[in-house]
Amino acid sequence: MSVKVRIPTPLMKLTDNQSEVTAEGATISEILNNLESQFAGIKERICEENGAPRRFINIYVNEEDIRFLEGEKTAVKEGDEVSIIPAIAGGSGR
Amino acid sequence: MIDFTDEQIERYSRHIMLPEVGGVGQAKMLEAKVLLIGAGGLGSPAAFYLAAAGVGNLGIVDFDVVDLSNLQRQIIHSTERVGMLKTESAKKTIAALNPDVNVTVYNERLTSENIMRLFEGYDYILDGTDNFATRYLINDACVMTGKTNIHGSIFRFEGQATVFKPHAGPCYRCLYPEPPPPGLVPNCQEGGVLGVLAGVIGNLQVVETLKLILGQGEPLIGSLLIYDALRTEFRRLKLKRDVNCPVCGENPTIKELIDYEEFCGLSR
Ligand SMILES: [Zn+2]
Repeated sequence: MSVKVRIPTPLMKLTDNQSEVTAEGATISEILNNLESQFAGIKERICEENGAPRRFINIYVNEEDIRFLEGEKTAVKEGDEVSIIPAIAGGSGR
Repeated sequence: MIDFTDEQIERYSRHIMLPEVGGVGQAKMLEAKVLLIGAGGLGSPAAFYLAAAGVGNLGIVDFDVVDLSNLQRQIIHSTERVGMLKTESAKKTIAALNPDVNVTVYNERLTSENIMRLFEGYDYILDGTDNFATRYLINDACVMTGKTNIHGSIFRFEGQATVFKPHAGPCYRCLYPEPPPPGLVPNCQEGGVLGVLAGVIGNLQVVETLKLILGQGEPLIGSLLIYDALRTEFRRLKLKRDVNCPVCGENPTIKELIDYEEFCGLSR
């Protein structure tokens, strides 16, 4: 299963500055492992040691937050778009 | 209904001729009370356009002074105001633009001590801050007081906007229960930002605020709008309320305001 993964700006230095990459897998867990094999170091930025996404990062399959689906076990299908969305604080006051 | 002066009828004519606004809507705007947290990247364009629109009562909270490096995006300030308090600078610009607008300035850093006092009397809170500590403080205070939080944030070429209306939709903690630990997210100063991105997102916050005041359209409640300037793309993601949310969930564990240590651009 090949899906598009949207990479947020803060993680783009790990993906050679690409904001969209392709990953293989049938579930979000598999997608994250596949991302790690392509871009070493990215998984630990997204996930805790137990493999669950960090609490300040949400993952969406198309428009839906995986926390309200089946978490990392959420299935993906060909053509889905996975978005990784971290909390960003900036309002650029300074 | 407010009796408009001839000058007001002319000033707001392009609003009044819109069926969604009309005289009634314009009167609502003139009576509305909006508190802007921050007169920086997001707060500058937001305050500017809210004032132009005739939103009649604006509160502005900021303790910073205008710096030359701000002017690339903080359009409510100007070169000769470098060194002036941002609140004073914003007030001057708004006075020159629209005398209908009452501006109240608060030269204070927002804390758990003063936030409830500052929120009092305002209907809408526009979050234009630059750090997580203040964002969580605003969120929790909005949930506790039932005030709607119009949220925006920016980083480099990417921005996010949404509306957190307590109990009608999710809050910030439904999305992200706790602020990230320092070091795992980029510092706002190291990030840089395309100046005009602040205008795009700050003005989206204004559009949402005006819709809420007017009761028109579908505000961004339960929906996160993401703007990618490099790809020229807007995306919308669905946001849901988390029944386990520590502040707006069924059994909230956060009942008092928390001052998190600030770690973005501020040393404390
Ligand atoms: Zn919540």
